[in-house]
Amino acid sequence: MKFAVKAWSNGSARAGVVQLGNFPHPIETPCLLLSTRKGLPFFISPDLLPSLPSPDSHLLQVCPLHFLEGLSPKTISNSGGLHQMLGLHDYGLAAVTRDSIQCLPEYNSTNKVGASFETPCGRLLIKPVEYMELISSMRPNIWATLADEVPTWVSDKRNRTSVDRTVRWLDDCIALSPAGGAVFGAIVGGSNVEERRRCAQEVAKRNVSGYWIGGFGLGESRDERPALLNTITDILPEEKPRLICGLGLPEEVLQGVASGVDLFDSVYIYHLTLGGFAITFPLNGVDENESNFQLSDIGSDRTKINLRATVYRKDTSPIVEGCSCYTCQNHTKAYINHLLNVHEMLAQTLIEIHNTHHYLGFFRAIREAIKTGNFEQFHRQFIEGRRNCVAVAAVHA
Amino acid sequence: MLLTPEESIQIQNRIGADIIMALDDVVKTTITGPRIEEAMYRTLRWIDRCIAAHKRPHEQNLFGIVQGGLDPVLRDICVRGLVDRNLPGYAIGGLAGGESKDSFWRVVAQCTAALPEDKPRYVMGVGYPLDIVVCSALGADMYDCVYPTRTARFGTALVPEGVLKLKHNAMADDTRPIDPTCACMVCRTYSRAYIHCLVTKDAMGSQLLSYHNLYYMMKLSRDLHMSIIEGRFPEFVCNFLRIMFPKGDVPEWVCNAMEVAGIDISSCCSPFSSSQD
Repeated sequence: MKFAVKAWSNGSARAGVVQLGNFPHPIETPCLLLSTRKGLPFFISPDLLPSLPSPDSHLLQVCPLHFLEGLSPKTISNSGGLHQMLGLHDYGLAAVTRDSIQCLPEYNSTNKVGASFETPCGRLLIKPVEYMELISSMRPNIWATLADEVPTWVSDKRNRTSVDRTVRWLDDCIALSPAGGAVFGAIVGGSNVEERRRCAQEVAKRNVSGYWIGGFGLGESRDERPALLNTITDILPEEKPRLICGLGLPEEVLQGVASGVDLFDSVYIYHLTLGGFAITFPLNGVDENESNFQLSDIGSDRTKINLRATVYRKDTSPIVEGCSCYTCQNHTKAYINHLLNVHEMLAQTLIEIHNTHHYLGFFRAIREAIKTGNFEQFHRQFIEGRRNCVAVAAVHA
Repeated sequence: MLLTPEESIQIQNRIGADIIMALDDVVKTTITGPRIEEAMYRTLRWIDRCIAAHKRPHEQNLFGIVQGGLDPVLRDICVRGLVDRNLPGYAIGGLAGGESKDSFWRVVAQCTAALPEDKPRYVMGVGYPLDIVVCSALGADMYDCVYPTRTARFGTALVPEGVLKLKHNAMADDTRPIDPTCACMVCRTYSRAYIHCLVTKDAMGSQLLSYHNLYYMMKLSRDLHMSIIEGRFPEFVCNFLRIMFPKGDVPEWVCNAMEVAGIDISSCCSPFSSSQD
């Protein structure tokens, strides 16, 4: 994997490119990693993946723990690694233990031996050795070292321990690291600025290809996040990519971009899809339609619409007018409303396609803003647009 | 909801399908008594109401459905009644319930023998690959069934040998494709081991297996079609049965049906063979 920064906007926001060995086109950053379950999207079948915008949709986040539910590392090895097993030869795979959906760090059970996770097959304790065995058999393009992620409400002592452990495991993982694959050093530290600084400094000393910023989205407030992020990114070398997990919402992504983060995972798409919501927020942050405030009753606002709502039963327009995704080109809100009502899985497939397409468009808008030097303005306009939308909904509630 | 023939046809007229079905009165084949006869005569009365209510006869083809349970006399009356109405196509209904295979094939055989040669015969609710091969030998043309996708959602793949249960622990480290002879996207890309870890747990497992199973059914149809066109249908049937019943234990109902259909499958049946180990 090769990474280079190409442009800066005011502040720390930067646009760059990632070049992977198995995919000819460079992938521009800031970039979204698509969430997967056992390596494939939740609902978008592999033959529909190419219909998503390329190359932006070619980075997938894979959680190694998913495979413990029925696939041994040996079988993955025998299959020739993940790319071979999944048939995703020209996709970039980033292995990260945290998927924020079903595999959640269980900080109370994590101990000096390994990191604990709550998974669909129970509570698992993963030691660095076991983790590296999985990584070696999977052969992802990028992988994060094993971390002890803790929420912000733990004691200072526990937080300090998590930093010590994470750094120690970083060294263990690097020592066992396979020949290929870019190692991203994990950085934790909770909401303690000093610990974040300490961890970032330690990790920056190690010979890694990039940095995985963990521990966010676990209780820190929106206001304290920028300071914590900046503490980390100020220390990290500029020329190496930064990947973060746990910042899923558009506002959170913007905070990450403003601090100089390049790669993001997000469970936003997944949760909205499951709920039957389609993302509709205007990508340039400016909404032409001021008058749809009555939709707030049914859980819709200018961000998203609730396709289960009866108001869409006869709506033969696409989710977003002018959207070039497969769903909007071929289907109507009425049809998806019907699918949701009769519990057809096609509903989730169509919604996930649209939501992914739309969110990738959001990232593209971010990149454009950075390249034209307008990121701060874009960021401000977007946040203000969201605030107005909430205020208008509140007035008419 | 009580659906009348007029309502049924009106709704189907609005949906706009190329083939629409008459409203019939279906009863389970496992019951006996006057209800079956009542259902058959009602089906005949309703076909006239369906024909009268059909507003788009030049765009949509109304198929009648033969009922009559397992009673050959009733079935015969129903077939004659429907054929008299000169419909674009005919369905054989009321099967695919709990009846024995032996009863099932005989009803199909009787209907296909009596229905016009130049109109399609649609056996509703069928079915298993073996059933489709037998019914095709007996002269049926069209089928529908939830089986391929439903069995996929439960982790079962359709293969030439029969079925493959991907949920089985033995699949967990089997790096072969589901069916080495299958050219579908799933068999070209994924191994049994990977599908095993998905099935019954993740939506993607259902999707991938459904994809393969549907591909299997479409290939079966295409192979049946080509073998008939190329004049090698009996060979195709024998090969199909040989792979599915390698020990030669072809079920008796299949043997009987093939005999009536005029297909010689003696080369793949060995009911009392002593030459096997």
